Amino acid sequence: MTKSGFVIANLFRKRTRTILTLLSVIMAFLLFGLLQSVNHVFNAGADFVGATRLMVQARVSFTSPLPISMVAKLEAVPGVARVAYSQWFGGVWQENTPLFVFSVDPLRYRDVYPEYVMPDAQWQAFAKTRTAMIAGRQLADQYRWKVGQKIPISSNIFPQKNGSKAWAFDLVGIYDGKDEDWKKRTNVAFISHDYFDEANQFGMKGRTNFFILKLSDGTQAEAVSKRVDALFENSPDETKTQTEKDFNLGFVKQIGDIGLIVRWILFAVFFTLLLVVGNTMAQSVRERVPELAVLKTLGFTDGSVLGFVLAEALALCLFGGLLGLLLATTLGAMIEKGSGRQFQLRLDAWVWSIGVAAIVLMSVAVGLLPALRARRLRIVDALAGH
Amino acid sequence: MLSQALAITGINLKSIPAHWASSLVIVIGLAGVVAVFTALLAMATGFESTLKSTGRTDAVIVMRGGSETELNSALDTDSSELIKQGAGIRAGADGKPLASAEMMVIAELIRKDDVKNGANITVRGVEPAAFALRPQLKIVAGRSFTTGLRELIVGRGVLRQFQGAELGKVVRMRGSDWTVVGVFESGDAHDSELWTDINVARTTFGRNGSSSVLAALDGPDGFEKLKSGLAAEPRLTVDAVREQDYFSGQTKQFRKSIGFLAGVVTLIMALGAVFAALNSMYAAVAARTKEIATLRAIGFGGLPVLISVMLEALLLALIGGLLGALIAYVLFNGLSVSTLGENFTQVVFDFKVTPELVERGLIIAVVIGMIGGLLPAIRAARQPVTTSLREL
Repeated sequence: MTKSGFVIANLFRKRTRTILTLLSVIMAFLLFGLLQSVNHVFNAGADFVGATRLMVQARVSFTSPLPISMVAKLEAVPGVARVAYSQWFGGVWQENTPLFVFSVDPLRYRDVYPEYVMPDAQWQAFAKTRTAMIAGRQLADQYRWKVGQKIPISSNIFPQKNGSKAWAFDLVGIYDGKDEDWKKRTNVAFISHDYFDEANQFGMKGRTNFFILKLSDGTQAEAVSKRVDALFENSPDETKTQTEKDFNLGFVKQIGDIGLIVRWILFAVFFTLLLVVGNTMAQSVRERVPELAVLKTLGFTDGSVLGFVLAEALALCLFGGLLGLLLATTLGAMIEKGSGRQFQLRLDAWVWSIGVAAIVLMSVAVGLLPALRARRLRIVDALAGH
Repeated sequence: MLSQALAITGINLKSIPAHWASSLVIVIGLAGVVAVFTALLAMATGFESTLKSTGRTDAVIVMRGGSETELNSALDTDSSELIKQGAGIRAGADGKPLASAEMMVIAELIRKDDVKNGANITVRGVEPAAFALRPQLKIVAGRSFTTGLRELIVGRGVLRQFQGAELGKVVRMRGSDWTVVGVFESGDAHDSELWTDINVARTTFGRNGSSSVLAALDGPDGFEKLKSGLAAEPRLTVDAVREQDYFSGQTKQFRKSIGFLAGVVTLIMALGAVFAALNSMYAAVAARTKEIATLRAIGFGGLPVLISVMLEALLLALIGGLLGALIAYVLFNGLSVSTLGENFTQVVFDFKVTPELVERGLIIAVVIGMIGGLLPAIRAARQPVTTSLREL
């Protein structure tokens, strides 16, 4: 009988009780995994974009268009390496599936987003063909688009000059992301701004939603933002400039404090779990007081008896927790596939690491009091008590 | 038989203090499940009721064809005027059609709880008829805006969630300063908006025409008349939607997401609670093996034993459920929050813990209690009397 064998044997003393407690732990960590990955997707998904780009929008709101003529002034701002612009197209696929479609200046966009990888010939085709469109790998795979096809996309905002909201574009290229994180961002399509500007009925002539500034020095983000906003202050086109990361976060914040909701739910769940597992551990130790006393008689130190109890708590939480996280990962992947990538519920390394940290913390929390009690047992009293 | 069951139940309940920790587990576990369930659905209910109470069935919103939301719609001046002349629109006190062209623009304000990021808010440019069309809207502080001046009136909801828009303050939009001259309250989604004169909005934001036209219907067949009239007009491609239907349609996305979230979270938590309840009830039954065996030996039937265990589980579950509903009510009812509506602007709403919600939560608690109590109850009723009497 090894020490770990001893711990496991003790766990399964009361099989039903252990299994039921284990199941509760699994459920708790299943929820933990799913909720934390949702939270992570919403809040931390902005981290990898880095600080090399700034987004410029109208101060009033990003739906208010800015004149493209601002490009010249923006390029002259010290610290700005390159300027691109993009306009929300309001794309709709088939009946009513919303698509991310932006109209851009092809070559400028390529310069500002080196993380998008596409053969140069395709970038050139995009720049030269008026009705051209490029799509991200994810998007193209989802709808099985191939280079050379004519893709019909409607806009729920902009009609063509003939009044129809149905547009069609020639797919001249499919772009990839340079690494894992950027590969997840290949769900956007881009069309040529020149064509869009000329062909849409609204006479939005020469206007755009956003300017994207590539910084020559990533550490200068704050200074350059201030410079840009100061340049346009008190003009009818006042700007709001922020890093791309803050822009993305700002969006999420508008939906609500998802992090707070998740924290509240998990607080309730783990509080209850603490009680459930703690109760189990306390009962388990209480029943075994004579046995622990015998162990001490045999020569096991107070410390090692404490160790046994803690190990038992750890084994319970570890087994249940890991199973729960594994279940969450599988479920998350299934949901992601089933919803056509709409819900990105992948449990990544970050969620797993806080999951394991939570497991360890929980084990200590539920095991500490019973373990201390076991350590303090006086052999004589313990043996006499029963 | 009933008296037997009640007698045993009485004994069980009186012995709860002896194993209070296990009983507490059931109560707290169920309180957690019901609290989370109630809180999440209180969010959905609050959002839905704010939007549902907006708009009337005898008013119609006309937008550009295929827009679905005011944000996506744009009507030029000619179209707006043409729509106002449509058949089926009631005449106002001045004999002219009771209709208001309205322009929806998005602006940004700073939230009270998050000063770094601004949040989108709706600025609605309106014509004077807009007030006659919305009798539930009342100015509660200050005065209404003067046509032709850059003045704003703000809804109550805006003041609850945002800063910088209080009475007398100056809001900066599009390079110009706007003064807040009044506060209004309408008890619906409009409380999250800033209102101003449509012509001032047009010139400041460089737009023509409007986003939509709101019109009052004339008689029960007014809607049909207006719809067919607009469809027959070759110069217009518009959609007409009853005002109330428009706003309740806006809740679809949010209701779906919250409903999904609440469903998944509650299901997993409920499963966890079932296991915890099973655990506790098994422990409770195990602790009373000798007592139950004694009762059986002196003549109590198996069924009363089963019923008594189930009743104990049910009672604990019910207490937990009530506790959970109470926690949700105390912590969350009336809590004001805001989220992104379909127009990409904030909609301010309150959490609403309704009696139906509490009822549903208690039903969940009872179901969990029954499942958690059944198997242990069967075990207790079936245990062999002689061996149990000998148990340590």
